[in-house]
Amino acid sequence: MENGYLIKTENLVKTYPMGYGSLVALNRVNLAFQKGEFAGLVGPSGSGKTTLLNIIGSLDVPTEGSTMVLGEKIESLSHKKAAHLRNQHIGFIFQTFNLLPVYTVFENVEFPLLLLGMPAEERKNTVMKALEWVHLADRAKSKPAQLSGGESQRVAIARAIVKEPEIMLADEPTANLDAENSHNILQIMERLNKELSTTFIFATHDEKVMHYLRRKITLVDGAVAKDEILKPQQGGGEN
Amino acid sequence: MIRFLLKGLIRDRTRSLFPTLVVLVGVALTVFLFNWINGVKNNFIQVNAKFNTGHMKIMSRAYAAEADQIPNDLALEGIEGLLLNLKEDFPDVIWTPRIRFGGLLDIPDEQGETRTQGPVVGLAVDLFSASSPERNLLNLENAVVRGRLPEEPGEILISDEFAHQLNIQPGEIATLISSTMYGSMATANFTVVGTIRFGVAAMDRGAMLAEVSDIQFALDMPDTAGEIVGLFSDFLYSNEKSEEITSTFNTRYMKTDDEFSPVMTTLRNQGGLAEYFDMVSSVSNAAIIIFIMAMSIVLWNAGLMGNLRRYGEIGARLALGEDKGHIYRSMIAESLMIGCIGSVLGTALGLAISYYLQVRGINISFLARDASMMVSNVWRAQVTPASYIIGFIPGLLATFLGTSISGIGIYRRQTSTLMKELET
Ligand SMILES: Nc1ncnc2c1ncn2[C@@H]1O[C@H](COP(=O)(O)OP(=O)(O)OP(=O)(O)O)[C@@H](O)[C@H]1O
Ligand SMILES: [Mg+2]
Repeated sequence: MENGYLIKTENLVKTYPMGYGSLVALNRVNLAFQKGEFAGLVGPSGSGKTTLLNIIGSLDVPTEGSTMVLGEKIESLSHKKAAHLRNQHIGFIFQTFNLLPVYTVFENVEFPLLLLGMPAEERKNTVMKALEWVHLADRAKSKPAQLSGGESQRVAIARAIVKEPEIMLADEPTANLDAENSHNILQIMERLNKELSTTFIFATHDEKVMHYLRRKITLVDGAVAKDEILKPQQGGGEN
Repeated sequence: MIRFLLKGLIRDRTRSLFPTLVVLVGVALTVFLFNWINGVKNNFIQVNAKFNTGHMKIMSRAYAAEADQIPNDLALEGIEGLLLNLKEDFPDVIWTPRIRFGGLLDIPDEQGETRTQGPVVGLAVDLFSASSPERNLLNLENAVVRGRLPEEPGEILISDEFAHQLNIQPGEIATLISSTMYGSMATANFTVVGTIRFGVAAMDRGAMLAEVSDIQFALDMPDTAGEIVGLFSDFLYSNEKSEEITSTFNTRYMKTDDEFSPVMTTLRNQGGLAEYFDMVSSVSNAAIIIFIMAMSIVLWNAGLMGNLRRYGEIGARLALGEDKGHIYRSMIAESLMIGCIGSVLGTALGLAISYYLQVRGINISFLARDASMMVSNVWRAQVTPASYIIGFIPGLLATFLGTSISGIGIYRRQTSTLMKELET
């Protein structure tokens, strides 16, 4: 990757109009992430964690500054290009799972591959492999409503990793889970990070998540207040 | 991909079944209302045309000027020749002579003294000639309540209501007391062979139906009739066509210096019908437009609400890398499909109800009893070619527009805002 960075933000500013003035959600954020990181954005509610994740994930555009993701300038991408980038290279995991309720577990995981235009046979194998990763191969035919929260989040992980993206963005992935399920999915994500060198960026309040993080970035009022390395980087990244 | 989206659509009843039902009901109502209003309107035109005005009517100019007083002294002479010419000049039109008359009907007892009597409004039509359209026009076979249709000269029908009032039985002799064309008193004996009910209140009060040649003889009107009515053989009134025939006829036959020369008038231009038609037309058009608009708004909102509710799903699809344009197009395709299926089913249902009420009709005689206008007692829906497409305006167009416009929200909103809604 360019300069060895997978993701690099420069003087990122995001403001929302508020009454007569504006609310500063992100204030001159300069951050860079390398391949294979397992990093977390922490900080009080409203500090801009979700906003930053959304911009990195090309779901949102900054008001000022720039974001390079995998060599693409996010703010200048067309809708189509941004969608393509998300589809091929970025996986999202949300607090609320956001499974498509009318589709089975298998179909939910299949959806990103359909967007990629993968042929049926290959699709089936790929989906089953992803479900095995999250130990849910036997629930392929279930509907989301029949799953527990932990299982739902594991399906969401399978859906996010099925296309083996370089980057996974997880916004409060454990907020709706109990301790056991939280550790369960964090272990899965740690394993993905180790075996596939997938880069993980979390936004979280959760102490449990922090134990797994190797890098912790603290946001306060939209600005980076602290950026700490907690554990040495995992091998697998080229830097 | 399309299969995948279809699968979701069919499984999610709130997205497929319920919107389809809403469209179905809205379209069915629209189609039915359209047919009902048309049916009532056309029924009104048809009843007037058949019983009274024709699609065109020929009278003498003098008679036409006071037509509502039935001035038989001004009636049109030389009708035999005129009818022959008409049939030649306008072969697509059914022409038939009629005489309207008033008088007193007197029923004698065995001694020849008056047993009972009452005023009658008479209509004399061509009952016997082989080519006579009247049996069909006046629907005589079905109108007979008691007795039979006249078969011989001197036989008449009277309205059933009148017969009951005066206690007249079929088979009795009745004397018509009226005046001749020249103003002297006329009396003629007839046999009442049957009673009739037309189902048009204005025709069923004190009416007498007789053979035109009998009345010509009785009222001293040889080769003369009050009017000749003309109807298009498909019984559908067309104002343009009748205007055209009327002006052709009038240039050919009407003489401005002869008040006994014939003049032709269209249905529209008789007895204030023009204003009435315009009113009925504008009221019914307004009703149809308002209804279609109301249905459109309902269905539009159905499209709109459906999409607002789905921002969550759309957010997830966006996050998974589906392009906004693709989502938008798939939503529109979905709404078109639902609009289409709903419209087809709704039109079918609306047509079914309409056909039923076209055959069955609803009897409103309790409302029309005192009506002086020519209104049928049974109102019916009428299915026309337009009935097959009218429902697609609210069904397809409104659903489609509702979805398209609400879907623009996908473009206008920041993707992250959609995502936020998906978290709540
Ligand atoms: N679409 C929006 N319109 C206006 N203000 C917004 C919008 N999205 C976020 N904000 C504001 O921007 C600030 C940062 O929001 P953000 O969601 O990034 O916070 P967060 O750190 O993720 O908080 P939490 O921990 O509660 O999830 C907040 O003050 C929020 O109210
Ligand atoms: Mg947040």
